[in-house]
Amino acid sequence: MNAPFLRTHANGALGLEAVGMTKRFGGLTALDDVTMRVSAGSFHALLGENGAGKSTLVKCIMGYYHADQGQVAVGEQEREIANPRDAHALGVGMVYQHFTLVPGMTVAENLVLSRSHVPAVVKWADERRALDAFMAGMPFRVPLDVPVSALAAGEKQKLEILKQLYLKNRFLILDEPTSVLTPGEADEVLGLLRRMTREGKLTVLTITHKFREVMAYADEVTVLRRGKFAGTGRVADLSRSDMAEMMIGAREIPHGASRLDNAIGEPRLQITGLKALNDGGLPALEDLDLTVWAGEVVGIAGVSGNGQRELVEVLAGQRPSAAGEVRIGGELYGATRAEIKRHRLCLLPEEPLRNACVARMSVAENMSFRSFDDPPFARGGWWLNGSAMRGAARDLISLYKVKTPGPDAPIGTLSGGNVQRAVLARELAHDVRVLIVANPCFGLDFAAVSEIRSQIMQARNRGAAVLLVSEDLDELFELADRILVMFDGHLVYETPTPDADLSVIGQHMAGH
Amino acid sequence: MVDQIARLPRTASPLFPGFSLDSVRRGAEAILIPVGALLATAIVFGLFVAAAGADPLETYSLMYRGAFGTWFSWQNTLQRTAPLLLTALCVALPAKLGLVIIGGEGALVMGGLVSAAVGAALIGVPPWLLLGLMAMAGMAAGGAWIALAGALRQFRGVNETISSLLLAYIAIALMNHMVEGPLRDPASLNKPSTPPLGEANMIGSIPGLDVHWGLVFGLIACLAAYVLMQRTTFGFGARMVGGNVRAARMAGLSVTTLSMITCFLAGASAGLAGMVEVAAVHGSAKASLVAGYGYTGILIAFIARQNPLAVIPVALMFGGIAASGGLLQRRLDLPDATILVLQGIAFVMILASDTLYGRFRIFQPRG
Repeated sequence: MNAPFLRTHANGALGLEAVGMTKRFGGLTALDDVTMRVSAGSFHALLGENGAGKSTLVKCIMGYYHADQGQVAVGEQEREIANPRDAHALGVGMVYQHFTLVPGMTVAENLVLSRSHVPAVVKWADERRALDAFMAGMPFRVPLDVPVSALAAGEKQKLEILKQLYLKNRFLILDEPTSVLTPGEADEVLGLLRRMTREGKLTVLTITHKFREVMAYADEVTVLRRGKFAGTGRVADLSRSDMAEMMIGAREIPHGASRLDNAIGEPRLQITGLKALNDGGLPALEDLDLTVWAGEVVGIAGVSGNGQRELVEVLAGQRPSAAGEVRIGGELYGATRAEIKRHRLCLLPEEPLRNACVARMSVAENMSFRSFDDPPFARGGWWLNGSAMRGAARDLISLYKVKTPGPDAPIGTLSGGNVQRAVLARELAHDVRVLIVANPCFGLDFAAVSEIRSQIMQARNRGAAVLLVSEDLDELFELADRILVMFDGHLVYETPTPDADLSVIGQHMAGH
Repeated sequence: MVDQIARLPRTASPLFPGFSLDSVRRGAEAILIPVGALLATAIVFGLFVAAAGADPLETYSLMYRGAFGTWFSWQNTLQRTAPLLLTALCVALPAKLGLVIIGGEGALVMGGLVSAAVGAALIGVPPWLLLGLMAMAGMAAGGAWIALAGALRQFRGVNETISSLLLAYIAIALMNHMVEGPLRDPASLNKPSTPPLGEANMIGSIPGLDVHWGLVFGLIACLAAYVLMQRTTFGFGARMVGGNVRAARMAGLSVTTLSMITCFLAGASAGLAGMVEVAAVHGSAKASLVAGYGYTGILIAFIARQNPLAVIPVALMFGGIAASGGLLQRRLDLPDATILVLQGIAFVMILASDTLYGRFRIFQPRG
């Protein structure tokens, strides 16, 4: 019993239909005759694996791409959307994975700036009154006078959504809106959006691969698989496994490697009294003591911005420590190339393209960052052997299923998930003794997630000391042997995972 | 056999491993955009010349004759190409690490001054030894000069573009002071200079050409720079630093060491240009060393997109433009700054054309 399809809602929400959308990039068909209908006032989820065509579909709707075939209807009639400005004029707005705010400006300034016509002289008194009135009518608020740089990720995401509402957009596309939020923040934002859709003020189309959020918030779901339409339906009529099957087809979901009951070895990574400063010169970490033993996964939980990033950067050699020391295998460690090689330290940082890759160098070159100065890639320690690099890269590409036109393609042209795989291939290609991982599964689809988690578990089972920094508690519960909570630059709580209590961890994450 | 074919990537040609249509597209983009910018330069410069009262077509034909029309003009062009090759490297090498160094003029002047001082002090030793020592001294001086800009950046966070430019003014002032004071040859009356090296101690010409050996040094330096950056582990590390310093740090590379060495090599290259100017052209250090080669080198490196091999043809072109300046002045009565106007227009056009990369669909990889 389906609800009737609504093109417009009396309270303002817009419906949208995309019919027969096809988009080709050269020889690759990214989108093949996909049809999606989003009823006015509904909360619609667009589900699919990496490279399933979700972003392509949405970009065609927004006018970033020109679909080769297909029509888009917004509200009552078919529309020609040639660019994002046309989409905004129709009331269709998009919130991106990455923030599009000016950090140095206040919330009020960001909102006024976002309008398509900002007067040459802004009458701030009038604007302030209008903004106050606007905020008063919103289900959630962000302080107007605070600079954006001072907002937490959740507040920034709220501001992005408020910005779309301020621009009077009535159809909102969200690209993985919760990837930067804690579970609590995600629930808050999604709950508020859902309330607005219930009131018929707004239609929401959200790109996601988090089943939990689909089950909890979406009314309807459209699933894409390898650029094709794979199914649609009301969430209430579908089970998790129905959706999983639509999403990945008949393929078997790889299961995570099981935890072996191996003996814990010697203390391998020892951090004592570590202090580090953040970009603003303030202490981000203080008096941090931590030991990771060989053969265990130590998980660090915490709301982002409590010093986790700085900790990983110190271990990666990307940030100097202000005090304290790091020892690996008893030896002082300063993140030099020789030490990294000697201790077989590997690192999977978050945002791999920003932290671990050179976008304009090739996939093969990026895959040899750890070993380009060792034989067989370097002859005589000095001459590069390009064909050996390319050959080794080809093996890694097929072993780790990296989708790339070839080893010579610049790594910046690969999709996020494939960049992640390429880094994983490079870091785990050799025997690992110390593995440092930060949010490895950010924005990845769940087949890739379970693959990466199984790789981490295998490294642990082989006797590596693993430090896992994650904002995903499910991930920590699955992988970690011990969970530590980081708050305000300190480790404030520790518990063995089997005895861990989610609510206690949550309280410590919140600083109680 | 079947296995081997299957292992080749889809877009690769079996004849040339690593060759693909996409790399042709990228290559075409890197060549056609600068060529387009130079065509636009030619049009705007033509308008300028017309406004100055000369016929643009006649101007271009004269420029061609002045640069490449006769054997004599070829030699004149090649003579000027030699220092340009070296000063362009002074920009192109640090650019691989993401450093924008524009003080090649300073390194050239320091190289010239120090090598002339060494030459004057050691007159009497065999010419080959003298020239070798002069070259080493010039390279060390130029290298230290740019390394100073690199050190200010690495250890004190001073913008290397501005510091290298200001260091160039300091170098010029220092040379003028030394040439007019402590190192002045008493015999140089109107144009103060250091003591002359003497004909026997000068760098000679390449046999069969009336062009000094500096051209060969420049060509070798360009080839060596290319090999260093593309084929060695040092260059690989440098390209990592230039591409993403966070990734380079994560790989444990010492950004400081790579930057300092590269800055030194860059300055050494411009310093060698100064030494060659002293030992092959002027015979001593004097104010005429400051001929703008360092600044033209910036332009060349940018047009060559910081590629040491592409520097060679671009430097040849600008050598030709410089060589034709005199002819324009004599025949068309154009002011002698005309050539500078042309260089200025070219620089603006090339910088503007930088925004066009990635804008043309025909150059984009299909995959």
